[in-house]
Amino acid sequence: MRNTKLVSLEEAIRRSGLQDGMTISFHHHFRGGDKVVNMVVDKLADMGFKDLKLAASSLSDIHAPLIEHIKNGVITGISTSGLRGALADAISHGLMKEPVVFRSHGGRGSAIANGELKIDVAFLGASSSDELGNACGYSRSENAKSICGSLGYALPDARYARHVVVITDDLVDYPNMPMSIHAADVESVVVVDSVGDSSKIAAGAIRDSKNPRDILLAKQAAKVIINSGLFVDGFSIQTGTGGASLAAVKYIREEMINRGIKASFALGGITAHMVKLHEEGLIGKLIDVQSFDKVAAESIKNDPSHQEVSAVEYASGQHLGSATHALDIVILSALEVDTDFNVNVLVGSDGIIRGAIGGHQDTAADAALSIIVCPLLRGRIPCVVPKVTTLITPGSSVDVVVTEYGIAVNPGRPEIKQRLKAVGLNVVDIKSLADKATSIIGTPDPLPFGDKVVGVVMNRDGSVLDKIMNIQA
Amino acid sequence: MMFVPGNNPGMMADAHIYGPDSIMLDLEDSVTMAEKDAARLLVHNALKTIDFGNTEMVVRINPLNTPYGKKDVEAVVKAGVDVIRMPKTETADEVRELEAEILKVETEIGRVGETQIMAAIESALGVVNAYAIAIASKRMMGIALGAEDYSANLKTNRTPGGAELLLAREQIVVAARAAGIACFDTVYSNLDDMETFKKEVELIKTLGFDGKSIINPRQIEVVNQVFTPSEKEITKARAVVAAIKEAQAKGSGVIAVNGKMVDRPVVIRAERTIALAIAAGVIDKEEML
Repeated sequence: MRNTKLVSLEEAIRRSGLQDGMTISFHHHFRGGDKVVNMVVDKLADMGFKDLKLAASSLSDIHAPLIEHIKNGVITGISTSGLRGALADAISHGLMKEPVVFRSHGGRGSAIANGELKIDVAFLGASSSDELGNACGYSRSENAKSICGSLGYALPDARYARHVVVITDDLVDYPNMPMSIHAADVESVVVVDSVGDSSKIAAGAIRDSKNPRDILLAKQAAKVIINSGLFVDGFSIQTGTGGASLAAVKYIREEMINRGIKASFALGGITAHMVKLHEEGLIGKLIDVQSFDKVAAESIKNDPSHQEVSAVEYASGQHLGSATHALDIVILSALEVDTDFNVNVLVGSDGIIRGAIGGHQDTAADAALSIIVCPLLRGRIPCVVPKVTTLITPGSSVDVVVTEYGIAVNPGRPEIKQRLKAVGLNVVDIKSLADKATSIIGTPDPLPFGDKVVGVVMNRDGSVLDKIMNIQA
Repeated sequence: MMFVPGNNPGMMADAHIYGPDSIMLDLEDSVTMAEKDAARLLVHNALKTIDFGNTEMVVRINPLNTPYGKKDVEAVVKAGVDVIRMPKTETADEVRELEAEILKVETEIGRVGETQIMAAIESALGVVNAYAIAIASKRMMGIALGAEDYSANLKTNRTPGGAELLLAREQIVVAARAAGIACFDTVYSNLDDMETFKKEVELIKTLGFDGKSIINPRQIEVVNQVFTPSEKEITKARAVVAAIKEAQAKGSGVIAVNGKMVDRPVVIRAERTIALAIAAGVIDKEEML
């Protein structure tokens, strides 16, 4: 190879022209096993960089080392879909001067594509890459170490960042085809020992939930779908990875077989459950922005009708042709739902950030039917409340809320309400659910928020939806 | 009837959302000695504060000959329980003793005669005395088999086929029917073997039991499946019930369906099928009036 891009991480950073004050970006396909963010930011700190803005598709527990880098002034701004663990806790308590900007996956894709979020240097971990930077979230070599499947959230960065560094632990022969990230978009390739801890990237075997509450919620959600009027041949669906969501797929599958119905596509985070239905011929195509387990990661590598898409193609509200626009049904979860059907998936009832927007806003807004599955109570925490702690998905996007105490339908969807009542489902007023929660556990004390803004929640169209204040407890 | 430990507030608060016909909050075997008082207080407050909807509420108390039994009766009767389940019942006298205790508390609170009794039969002596137990009090609403203690008492083990329980099960059904009260089968505790569980439910339904005791909400669906009449059975039963109405309207004593005479037992079975279908929610009560 005459024109190799292979360099050390330090050299790649030097070549990138990165300067203090610039924006660096990362994806989160390695989830809880990610080693790229910490590795790169450690190196940037060693090299003396300050005042960098970190634009990640999401951050999790494993990124707690960023706390020190924030304290030392290496990182002074963050944008992300979510925050969890010690980093989230510290930020909720006011660690940063600048508020964290939270965007949905589709919102981030749009912001990158339209220039609102300018990325100077993208550091993109890849499960395999050749010397020129043709890179994938899987590998065809025998040395595959860190498999994540789709690289959908990294693709806008690869396309739009001023400078792209691919970081891989599996350098394969040219050409690494078909590829997710194209060599033409890549300036440097860095080979490291490991980009991620594979045991924490993706779960292995499918494990059905045995939690009776999850099963109850799943059955109710499945009944809502089956009787919604949208459960017809050629429908499309997206589900999350929670126990109830996955269990719902099982019941939907049974009814698809009973009625001889097939789905045209399944979208989103793809799980082994969806792959199974696809392989059984019950789902035509899989559109995959993120592969949630090893089965899904293998499938996207081997199956031409399992298609990787970028976050823009997945869920941008500003691009015609994003897949969410064609979506019929989505099952979503919630930390809290309020009596106006607004949903919070980001800030816990203790006022501490503990979640991610993900594709929640995008799919709820675009899908013909959005179903929130949420227990009325989690222990002593009410999940249907008079007003959400933080507004993430506006109630106008939410059609049905399924709890173990009944199903609430948005008054804007009278036809859905009527169909569900007609088959004897327990349809209730959402206010009665909130009252029920209060009657069981009482009214919680107000949260001790301070007067410092620690987070800004963006809507997918780029407007500001809500702000998150520091918590003082 | 779903068993719920009386020392687990989370499970108690949630139990009714899974739709069991009745919930049995347990103060006996699932509560250790050290927790007996706390559990009693918890169950008392659960009965008073949680809205269990239309679910029938049962509490299994400790035997009256323990230091806890009488306190249990007082606590749950005062909280308005529907049914007290008496464990390890062996004689009619024990039922009468419980009845007296209940009456004492009911009199004190001015709510006489509301509390019913279910006796659990868990020994050879109890099985022998099943009918006497079943008719020991007008408060008796049902008898139930407790198979673990019973098979230990028989000096045998429980087997998947349940051969060791056959006599007890039949005896309990016969005693209950003779007394005109309900009968309930024992629990099946292997939650990972739904197949054997289903076979057991089918067996006890065939034997004539009114219901099955369960220990996890996941078992409810199987019991309902087995006990809910099929569409074919319901259609047949509807035809019989319609024929009865028609015969009554005509003032005729002879009932015929599709030109065939219908015997009295067929009528009784049809009425039971309709009652089960209404209980299972597959047909509407209003519709059958």
